[in-house]
Amino acid sequence: MDLKEKLVSSFMAFEDGLDLDHPVHEERSNAIKNFETKGFPTKKDEAWKYTSLKGLQKIDFSIFPKQETTLEYKDVKKYFLHEIDAYKIVFVDGVYSSYLSETTHDGVDVCLMSSAFSKPMFKQVIEVYFNKAASKDESLTSLNTAFSKEGAYIYIPKNKMPKKPIQILHLATGNEAALMLQPRNLIVAEDNAEVQIIERHQSLTGNEVFTNCVTEIFAGKDAIVDYYKVQNDAPTASLVDNTYISQKNSSVVRVHTFSLGGKLIRNNLNFYQNGERIDSTLKGVTILGDKQHVDHHTLVHHAQPNCESHQDYKGIFGDSSTGVFNGKIIVDKIAQKTDAFQQNNNILLSDKSTINSKPQLEIFADDVKCSHGCTIGQLDEEAMFYLRSRGIPKKEAKALLMYAFANNVLESVRIPELKVRINKIIADKLGVRMGFDL
Amino acid sequence: MLEIKNLHASVDDKEILKGIDLKVNAGEVHAIMGPNGSGKSTLAEVIAGQEEFEVGEGNIFLEGEDLEELSPEERAHKGVFLSFQYPVEIPGVSVTNFMKTAINESRKAQGLEDMPANEMLKKIREKSEMLEIDRKFLSRSLNEGFSGGEKKRNEIFQMAMMEPKLAILDETDSGLDIDALRIVANGVNKLRSKDNAIIVITHYQRLLEYIVPDFVHVLYNGKIVKSGTKELALELEEKGYDWLKEEAAV
Repeated sequence: MDLKEKLVSSFMAFEDGLDLDHPVHEERSNAIKNFETKGFPTKKDEAWKYTSLKGLQKIDFSIFPKQETTLEYKDVKKYFLHEIDAYKIVFVDGVYSSYLSETTHDGVDVCLMSSAFSKPMFKQVIEVYFNKAASKDESLTSLNTAFSKEGAYIYIPKNKMPKKPIQILHLATGNEAALMLQPRNLIVAEDNAEVQIIERHQSLTGNEVFTNCVTEIFAGKDAIVDYYKVQNDAPTASLVDNTYISQKNSSVVRVHTFSLGGKLIRNNLNFYQNGERIDSTLKGVTILGDKQHVDHHTLVHHAQPNCESHQDYKGIFGDSSTGVFNGKIIVDKIAQKTDAFQQNNNILLSDKSTINSKPQLEIFADDVKCSHGCTIGQLDEEAMFYLRSRGIPKKEAKALLMYAFANNVLESVRIPELKVRINKIIADKLGVRMGFDL
Repeated sequence: MLEIKNLHASVDDKEILKGIDLKVNAGEVHAIMGPNGSGKSTLAEVIAGQEEFEVGEGNIFLEGEDLEELSPEERAHKGVFLSFQYPVEIPGVSVTNFMKTAINESRKAQGLEDMPANEMLKKIREKSEMLEIDRKFLSRSLNEGFSGGEKKRNEIFQMAMMEPKLAILDETDSGLDIDALRIVANGVNKLRSKDNAIIVITHYQRLLEYIVPDFVHVLYNGKIVKSGTKELALELEEKGYDWLKEEAAV
């Protein structure tokens, strides 16, 4: 049985035991129908031209996670940003781990989707927001919606800000030979609220993991949301991340994506600007080696006047790794005075590495400022010689130049400890020890 | 200190250095002058180990050791320093961090521990004061957005920090106004000692009024066509290079 059939035929068993009168039931039923019709995307779909999910579909994934495996905090501590005090929402093989988590209902709600689905106090928020930003058309998003049951639920009421940042961590223990996970996160920052979130998926063994994640983020008027995606997973872990962001007047949402490890990563990052004077920022650092593959598909939909968007993606590709950057910007006819900026710079370290970079601009307004640029090059030989002539060995000089290249993405990270951590991951990856942090 | 014998170097099969002989003793300052395209910068970069150039015949010895097989970083560890004509901008790496890394890498190569932080700071303070460099400047990204003069001053600051045996200053005077030139030359003069040697590459006599050379060589078409004392520089300033070109053509 192929993966699609397995998923479709398991849907009834999945819903068994869930509340079928709940409004979400209908969303799930419609979603599974859409997935059944469309199936997994193939290379014939323009948006999936360079990323194939064929290999993954041949693997016999378990789709219902087993009971929680007990993990000791000390064994997984390194996957947390433990240098800072933070709320934590932790899942082990898709199941919530209360032992590793630290949630709150103190003025803000930092808890679970399963609670939000079942408890009456969250019903209204679910009705207003759940599945309202996510696509009802895209098949993998529909697949996730159909199986939506667990994930992070974060609700920040008007004028509130949680006392500390929030970490969402999905761990896979390898208690199944191959495991498919479909976390569903809902993040709502009401008017003038502010929140910082770090999300990470981590497989702890060499067993296959395939995560199809959907996150919906809603930013009210004047809200500020900083979202950091740390993608440094095991070489047998694949991730399709679908993030949908809906912004209202004068809100600021910044998403940083650090793609530093994993087998296959596909990021579908979608911004919808439903108000004026909105600021959307999308930044990414991708550093790959071996046969790793990362595909960034971004969309910024400017639907109202006087808004800005800033995209800056840097990629460094070694060995036989492959990268894709597809940045789509839509400016509606009424979205005058839009200022949309997009930049994608890449360095290829080997003859066998590849990057496909494509800007896609659809502009229907006539008074806008849209700029985009894309570069593909090698490490600057002049700069290498300069550093080496100062006694810095080749490997370290190379690392230093990569830091320099990725730096303007890193410098907008607003959690200093996270910046240090990313630097460390990069240094480890390059096998160097830098005598300082940037 | 430095001995160059019959050095040939080419890039993309085009020969640029066509047999250079040069001997620089410890304690000496040599100036290399010459028209554009004569091979001055190539000579500087070949000594520093730029791999872009193919070194054919000939050898470079530093304190009797043949440098041929050594990488640029190994040459730096042995005390070769090149002040670049066009220093490269490295965003995201501060001047201070860059110097820390450079100095500690050199120490590591010599089997020494990292320089203690307070010693490093003291040295940075001392050398930046000597070159009248603002403290704020040191936390800026290396060469990024620096004016031409700031870049050159920063090169000499690095030289002061690294304390090389052999320093090659490639057109350090270009881009400097007269005040900056005086400060930079002063710094270089303070670094002069009987144990090190300096090669100054320049177009103009101007810098040599401040950094007075023991010997002046004229490089033309990949060869040293004339050598003399500091008076030769004055003669060149007055007469230009044409008479030498004619002489060389004969």
